[in-house]
Amino acid sequence: MNSSVMNGKKIKMSTRELNFFYGKTPALKNISMEIPEKCVTALIGPSGCGKTTFLRCLNRMNDTIEGIRVQGEILLDDENIYHPEVDPVQVRKRVGMVFQKSNPFPKTIFENVAYGLRISGGYTKAQITDRVEKSLMGAALWDEVSDRLQESAMALSGGQQQRLCIARALAVEPEVILMDEPASALDPIATQKIEELIQILKKNYTIIIVTHNMQQAARVSDYTGFFYLGELIEVDRTDKIFTNPGKKRTEDYVTGRFG
Amino acid sequence: MKKKWAERIGFFLLSSAAVLVLFFLGIIIWDIFSKGVGVISWQFLTQAPREGMTEGGIFPAILGTFLVSLITVLFAVPLGMFAAIYLNEYALPGRTTRLIRLAIRNLSGVPSIVYGLFGVVLFVQMMKLGTSVLSAGLTLGLLTLPWTITASEEALKTVPKSYREGALALGATKWYAIRTNVLPYAIPGMLTGVILGLARAAGETAPILFTGAAFFLPHLPKSIFDQFMALPYHLYILATQHHDIAKVRPIAYGTALVLLCLILLLSTSAIYFRYRYRQRMRS
Repeated sequence: MNSSVMNGKKIKMSTRELNFFYGKTPALKNISMEIPEKCVTALIGPSGCGKTTFLRCLNRMNDTIEGIRVQGEILLDDENIYHPEVDPVQVRKRVGMVFQKSNPFPKTIFENVAYGLRISGGYTKAQITDRVEKSLMGAALWDEVSDRLQESAMALSGGQQQRLCIARALAVEPEVILMDEPASALDPIATQKIEELIQILKKNYTIIIVTHNMQQAARVSDYTGFFYLGELIEVDRTDKIFTNPGKKRTEDYVTGRFG
Repeated sequence: MKKKWAERIGFFLLSSAAVLVLFFLGIIIWDIFSKGVGVISWQFLTQAPREGMTEGGIFPAILGTFLVSLITVLFAVPLGMFAAIYLNEYALPGRTTRLIRLAIRNLSGVPSIVYGLFGVVLFVQMMKLGTSVLSAGLTLGLLTLPWTITASEEALKTVPKSYREGALALGATKWYAIRTNVLPYAIPGMLTGVILGLARAAGETAPILFTGAAFFLPHLPKSIFDQFMALPYHLYILATQHHDIAKVRPIAYGTALVLLCLILLLSTSAIYFRYRYRQRMRS
């Protein structure tokens, strides 16, 4: 992507000639992409196109899979997160993640949000309480759960669980939040809440969202990247991708001619 | 019409096979209970055998079995749990891992007398622990290891992958994620396997025969390096080795009943743990 597309926005993350292999099978081919700071970047494309794999490269979650190989660089504030001396655990503190299927831990609502804080330790009880409250507010969940923080998180509805997972990610104060189809298992109202939340979050966080839902990409994102068969076909401002894409294949996909 | 008959006969055969199993279990329990319950008393449970085991109780055997079981648990639980954590969470799939799993599966098929002889060589002689509570407990620990490891692994497998990933995504190290977000949910399941393994170990005679169990001791074991009396061995002696078998028969039945109750208690608590655990995972 050339910088004219970015309108001089600061680049938070970027990949340089990123190649990714499951064993010998390439899943990502030569991907160079820039993620502007405090914007929402959507990744779209048909199933198996590599968008989730790409997302999971950005916080090194793919490291947990055996037999993978990564070539190229991913820069977070100009630092290569795949440099041999970089600890993936530290990367994940700065680059949070929300999964497709909400995964609250079978603990209380409070302990779910506090989990990340307890990892690093060194917080007083008051600090943790304070941060839990702020994070739940940040995830637009506080009003619904403030009177039952000690209840099990498993009792929340699907949409609430997903916002709890967002609150849990916010609590460790990441700089980037990765979202892997965060609303795909939710009903329209819960989806709308998540989308509204994304609009609020982007004021403070860089957000990258994988979605199958093109209307969703059009609604929530500032930039959109189209992936196809492990390649990044095109990335541009979202309005441009959806109204006047530069590549024929992008146009075919966003107009529903295949996918 | 013909088909229906075939179905009925099939059903009858299958159900009678199931009922027959229950029938045998019922007979065993009834036989032991009816012949053993007469001698059960507070004195029987709390006193030592007297007059060449024809009088008195079986307290030393109960205590011995309890102490040996304690050693078994202390040895087999950490070892089995750690091995299971390694196999399930860390080991890369490959030849070595396959070999380890194969070895574990084969261990559960090794006859208990072989464990006994192995215990003599390793613990009693090589490690110079003597015939003692410790040697016998360690030997029984080896015997329960396959159970402990397999059950622990199964328990770890029931914890969803998303708990691990969720913790990692928040910046947890792998060990932190396992410790705080996997083990707490796996431990009740692990416990179930441990208890079932222990229930089997507590009833074993062959592994303790050469490693520490005594025919008769005039005193209780003073330390874990002492010999001890144990319920299954005591029962074996009363049933086959005593000079006046007819006279001690009721005591033998009483001993069998106590042993059976002990094992039923262990199994029931395992079932209870598993039930509680499933309830909790569901909510």
